[in-house]
Amino acid sequence: MNNNRQAHIYEILETISDPEIPVLSILDLGIVRDVICSNHDAIEIIITPTYSGCPAMDAIAFDIKLKLLEAGYQHITITYTLSPAWSTDWMSEAGKQKLKAYGIAPPQTLSSRINKMLFETEENIECPRCHSTNTQLLSTFGSTACKSLYQCIDCKEPFDYFKCH
Amino acid sequence: MMNENKLVSSTLQLADSALILGQRNAAWCAHGPILEQDIAITNITLDLIGQARNFYQYAAKLMNEADNKNETEDTLAYFRNERDFKNYLICELPNGDWAQTILRQFFLSTFQSLLFEKMMQSSDTQLAAIATKSIKEIQYHLKWSSEWVIRLGDGTEESRNRILAAVDYLWMYTGEFFIPAAYEIFNAADLQQDWLHHVAIVFEEATIPFPAENQFMQTGGKTGMHTEHLGFIIAEMQSLQRAYPGAEW
Ligand SMILES: [Zn+2]
Repeated sequence: MNNNRQAHIYEILETISDPEIPVLSILDLGIVRDVICSNHDAIEIIITPTYSGCPAMDAIAFDIKLKLLEAGYQHITITYTLSPAWSTDWMSEAGKQKLKAYGIAPPQTLSSRINKMLFETEENIECPRCHSTNTQLLSTFGSTACKSLYQCIDCKEPFDYFKCH
Repeated sequence: MMNENKLVSSTLQLADSALILGQRNAAWCAHGPILEQDIAITNITLDLIGQARNFYQYAAKLMNEADNKNETEDTLAYFRNERDFKNYLICELPNGDWAQTILRQFFLSTFQSLLFEKMMQSSDTQLAAIATKSIKEIQYHLKWSSEWVIRLGDGTEESRNRILAAVDYLWMYTGEFFIPAAYEIFNAADLQQDWLHHVAIVFEEATIPFPAENQFMQTGGKTGMHTEHLGFIIAEMQSLQRAYPGAEW
């Protein structure tokens, strides 16, 4: 019974997206850490922020509550946890493919590499339009906290890169 | 067991430093030298405010558990007075020009990268979690600000003069990182050599002469003794909540 309920809740969560990257569900992103169904009808959803200052978190928590209420669930608790810290390594393979199709280059460096990058940049980021790896970093900080701005030298198109984190 | 008051004060110190620097950097929004860099400094601001929120939320929880209070992240940010703020003095100094803002960010990010590495090992699991959450963001701030220090120092005569003036102005505020306040649970004194070493690497690349040793250093921010600048920041930052307590967007 609880397992059924949990599976149904996951189906609902799959329909909720990150407002800043609507093509990704919060499951693709790895934001949902756990769904706990007690023997009564209480439900606890445990979520973790992508970035310390992620302005989307409040909107996401609100969306989760709203969608679950609409589906008839009550006694919903949303718990924030910081540990273990979210990492782009958790993004699902399906999520990476969706990002690419949407025009955002998915993260390709392992999170553990970041602190070794003082005078290096991430190399060979593939252009999501023409698939050339002849690309250059324009700015480490892009339109949202999770993205850097790149440009393809071959097709000249600027594009977002979901930077590793 | 850590002393509870020390833990609260230390957490507030970290929160205040992130908030006040965030508030300062935020003033660059729509005033950056070019669009990409305007976006960069405001992204860094967002990360700093995020850090501040995590620290304030934790401090509020500790205070409420200990004293049956009703603190929140907002009451701590918006209803404390100047003398209660514990931020490093360097965070409250005026932005000055781009060189001064960049150099301050570089000094603080270098320090934070060392301090937060240490904090990640803390026996306090929440502080360790906040540090782990923040460290990758700090690495990006550090990389970005280091590149800018090099670009300005090794750039044109104008950019070089500006970054040298910024070094002159800001250097005396960097000692405060390493002089512990009585309440501080992380002793940063042993991070000083590493900090000097990192700064020296970037200064060398930027061809900026390293400041002379044993200069006079300003202190006081961590114990609430601020420059005249903090009062103005707080007046602006808190005015809305003071006039309309509890107002929400
Ligand atoms: Zn291309």
